[in-house]
Amino acid sequence: MPKMNLSHFEAAFLFSVFTSVVMGIVTKNNDRDRVQYGAYTFICFMVALFGLGWLMYLGHG
Amino acid sequence: MAVKVKEEKQPMAPVGTWAPAVALGWLIPGGGHFLLKRTGRGMLLLVAITSMFVCGLMMRGAMFQPQTGDLLTTLINVGGFVGDVAAGILYLLSVWLGYNQPDTAGHVHDYGTKFLVVAGLLNILAMVDAFEIAAGRKE
Repeated sequence: MPKMNLSHFEAAFLFSVFTSVVMGIVTKNNDRDRVQYGAYTFICFMVALFGLGWLMYLGHG
Repeated sequence: MAVKVKEEKQPMAPVGTWAPAVALGWLIPGGGHFLLKRTGRGMLLLVAITSMFVCGLMMRGAMFQPQTGDLLTTLINVGGFVGDVAAGILYLLSVWLGYNQPDTAGHVHDYGTKFLVVAGLLNILAMVDAFEIAAGRKE
């Protein structure tokens, strides 16, 4: 099996995509809500990713 | 005066109605949804969970063994093992085909380990969803 070498951002991005898809599917009752919730979850992941990234960058000095 | 309406507890559906969907959902990610004729959702679950697991393998993530010791060691190893096993056929196939990656340092390996566990945990969510559909609590 080929080896995958990803940066922190790429790995966290992939993680967010897969998790958001599943969260969207299993939590809501109709397709519109599922898409909305999946997108919302993905945006939350991205905000946390960039927010924590900047926090660590600024905290590091 | 507001009247508090107590939500009635739904009776448990017979095991025969949901057990096949849950069991197939464990073995094949999204399999429970396929059995219940939710093909689109089943396909999305299959693709998302399988992709996550395969990415974990390609990142050379480590599989957990159910070791016990102090509370934190037990929690991490047994919890991680449960997460790995919850991926069903993906876990079984990778173990049968000899995947045995030691836990090594590096962020890619670390992410890989997390991808493998989370793929199983997401499959548990899919199994719960299949249970709710089979039990008639959800569309």
